[in-house]
Amino acid sequence: MGDYPSRSDNATAGDLGVTSRHAQGAGAGVYPSSNDEPPVGGGGALPKKARFSVETAFRALSTAAGAMVLVIIVAIAAFLVSKAVPALQKNNGNFLTETTWFPNDAEPVFGIAALAFGTVLSSLLALLISVPIALAIALFLSHYAPKRLATPLGFVIDLLAAVPSVVFGLWGRDYFQQPVRDFSIWLNEYFGWLPIFGGEGPFGQSIMLGALVLAIMVLPIVTSLSREVFQQTPGMNEEAALALGATRWEMIRTAVLPYGKPGVIAAVMLGLGRALGETIALALTLGITFDISFNLIQNGGNSIAANIANSFAEANATGRGALIASGLVLFAITLVVNMTARAIIYRRREFRDSAA
Amino acid sequence: MAKRIEASNVSSYYGDFKAIDSVSMTVEPKTITALIGPSGCGKSTFLRSINRMHEVLPNARIEGRLTIDDQNIYDPDVDVTAVRRMIGMVFQRPNPFPTMSIYENAVAGLKLNGVKKKSILDEAAEKSLRAANIWDEVKDRLDRPGAGLSGGQQQRLCIARTIAVEPQVVLMDEPCSALDPISTLAIEDLMFKLKDRFTIIIVTHNMQQAARVSDKTGFFSIDKTGDPGRLIEYDDTQKIFSNPSQKKTEDYITGRFG
Amino acid sequence: MSVLEQEVPGVVMTPDNIRTRKLPPAVNLGVAVAALVVAAALVLGLGIGNWVLVIVLGAAFYLGGLFFAAGRVEGVRAARNRTMKSLIYAACVLAVLPLASVVWTLVSKGASRLDGDFFGTSMNNISARDPMGGAYHAIIGTLEQVGIAALMAVPLGVLGAIYLVEYGKGRFAATVRFFVDVMTGIPSIVAGLFILSFWVLIVSPYFNDGRPQFSGFAAALALAVLMLPTIVRSTEEMLRLVPGPLREGSYALGVPQWKTILKVVLPTALPGIVTGVMLSIARAAGETAPVMLVAGGAAAINFDPFAGNQQSLALFVYQQAGDASKYAPARAWTAALTLVVLVLALTIAAKLLARRNKLSR
Repeated sequence: MGDYPSRSDNATAGDLGVTSRHAQGAGAGVYPSSNDEPPVGGGGALPKKARFSVETAFRALSTAAGAMVLVIIVAIAAFLVSKAVPALQKNNGNFLTETTWFPNDAEPVFGIAALAFGTVLSSLLALLISVPIALAIALFLSHYAPKRLATPLGFVIDLLAAVPSVVFGLWGRDYFQQPVRDFSIWLNEYFGWLPIFGGEGPFGQSIMLGALVLAIMVLPIVTSLSREVFQQTPGMNEEAALALGATRWEMIRTAVLPYGKPGVIAAVMLGLGRALGETIALALTLGITFDISFNLIQNGGNSIAANIANSFAEANATGRGALIASGLVLFAITLVVNMTARAIIYRRREFRDSAA
Repeated sequence: MAKRIEASNVSSYYGDFKAIDSVSMTVEPKTITALIGPSGCGKSTFLRSINRMHEVLPNARIEGRLTIDDQNIYDPDVDVTAVRRMIGMVFQRPNPFPTMSIYENAVAGLKLNGVKKKSILDEAAEKSLRAANIWDEVKDRLDRPGAGLSGGQQQRLCIARTIAVEPQVVLMDEPCSALDPISTLAIEDLMFKLKDRFTIIIVTHNMQQAARVSDKTGFFSIDKTGDPGRLIEYDDTQKIFSNPSQKKTEDYITGRFG
Repeated sequence: MSVLEQEVPGVVMTPDNIRTRKLPPAVNLGVAVAALVVAAALVLGLGIGNWVLVIVLGAAFYLGGLFFAAGRVEGVRAARNRTMKSLIYAACVLAVLPLASVVWTLVSKGASRLDGDFFGTSMNNISARDPMGGAYHAIIGTLEQVGIAALMAVPLGVLGAIYLVEYGKGRFAATVRFFVDVMTGIPSIVAGLFILSFWVLIVSPYFNDGRPQFSGFAAALALAVLMLPTIVRSTEEMLRLVPGPLREGSYALGVPQWKTILKVVLPTALPGIVTGVMLSIARAAGETAPVMLVAGGAAAINFDPFAGNQQSLALFVYQQAGDASKYAPARAWTAALTLVVLVLALTIAAKLLARRNKLSR
């Protein structure tokens, strides 16, 4: 081997693919038939394969546990539907296009339009803000910072990713609202001609505050996952790029970013999933109105999850059903987002593994 | 195009550890020079010092003077990326970019240099793949992943990638150690062909290979583990393998040591 | 081979000269100062903002100026390299500010009620004008709910992972694996709604004379749903790291597969599995929404997880945050600090364990 401690020597040490294939190979086809003691000194025929054994039972048990995941996903959909349908039947509005939310009235009228719009808008804004910054930090930790700084900093980021969302929500409402209000007023003064920064005020408890708090929350998660991905770039590919005369940034663009792309997409999608489903931070920071507006800085904004948290206590049976129906929509949105992300990752992985 | 490399008193370090101790040698243009020696003797470290890849590793540094046509590549005002464009490198293990196709791999260096025009890229891809003796094998599947080729093909693809940017010197760090005999032969043929255009320095464990391909051979050795590697003898390949002037070289060549 | 250079005049493939001109540090500093001065003159002169805008605008001018200056002296590629580096550093500074503010607020505000009373009493009979009151009941609730959730999710998750690694083959296993991944993305509030419609509204009436009731156990069910996919995922990864020869060695001795898994594979992967479990517990402990939907929250101590409303720390923070009492914010922040300490203690312990784990990557 080389005479220098090249990074490429153990470049594939983190590659799970190799280990897993090996592990499965080991399991495949080797099914010792029985745990029964073989006849001691019996001679005669080999012991027959028992029809029922601990092996069969254990295998069935673990298969059942694996199937449990599918059962739960189906059960979630089934039970949500079963509780949502009665409420939807009493609804006097169109659930998909109605923007108001009066499910507790004698003549209930409610719809998901404004809520779904607010959910998607705040989440997308949050990602728009946080993803570039998160990727920059991840690259800093994996390829710019000296190791002595990168290790503890990475640890801190991991810890921040574990901080409960209610803490970010509380901070956003009590301490971040004022700076955001000042900023909103400034934006309104100079950029008020843009519809997204228009309005008469009051400002502060707005989509912008919610999205910023979401962004700050999602940031450590996306950073931490992307950093791991970037660190797994094979050292020999980085060296190949450098040996072609690439600058550090060009090396990152040729070797690191393409290699990490599926992982980064997964991280971003995970962040999006978190943002879409985030409840408490938005319940604390949004202004809670029921309309569809692109205005980012006026008090207002709402999301499916925040609305559930805010309306749950006062809801009657129909109201609860309506909230469950909105939850079903949220479930569907996150399911689509997640399945898309996974599909992308699996396809990418195949392109790369078809290599080996 | 090919250039002369001159090393005088080059010592390389990893942190406090001295990997090679004051190596001096001159490599003439359009020759193949083989560096041989036992494991850990510093020949790869020396090779990586020539295109400043040594300093990519943390805490690695170098002392002494290394010039390419009388320009010291370690002068403070030297652009590292220019050095590496001028002195290309092929690594021990084939390392095509896993996310790129064969075509993209071949022109990766050109794209870095800002070449965008499709016709030029196409021409350069074909030319370098032909030069690397791999064109006939891949011309029908240029859009397939580069990592899908066999080991020997991958290595030739890496050579194509390296020569596509038209360097003046090509460094090869045990390019055949991960390959089967037939692929090795293909690469050796390729080296003879490339010799017309490039200065080639190759590190190898395989003494037959050194004897077969090189014009000059340098023998590196260490006294014991932890000591820095030294250049024991550097001479015409024929002389090294038939009548070495140093006892150590003779021992190594005849298999009595290492 | 000079065809290339003839056809693309601007491109120097192999530079004859390896020397380069570097942007002197003084110019770098000069660009910075100039950028700030211009920004200040622009902002304050026109009266369009305060020092924050000066800094932001100054940074933008600096990056632009640097790119221009470096592009002139060092060439476009080096300039781009330099500018990207500056951008990356700038992003780090930008991100550190709010995160540091969160941490600082948490510690400084949270310390105000760190007294015995807070950890020894509940909110029972605490009126709006009462400065006392504590989170004892919430801590009890969190520990019970998370504990029960772990008791349910851990065996199920580990068995599921064993299925995926040791037995699962073909389409069904691929489906399970796919949906485990998908399930990690289920929002916690959806898990809460699921348990609400399944357990609280349909099952719990059978145990409570026909009336639905909230309970800590329902919260534990919801948390278990959230923990399950993360446990399966992390355990699966750890089991795959167990070297194949270890298994083969055991099979070669005639040990059946189930025994090999229990006696050889699981013990080898155990530290990694524990790490994954602790991380999932830490995440579950911080969940607010599902607890609110199915345990309801309470002011008094309730040790019984199977009957009646129960509080949790995260929910306590949320409810105190919405409370009009002027003493509520202090309680909210101290509870938040307690929660974060609990979660971080678990996380740090898990990471330390992972670091000592010889199988870990």
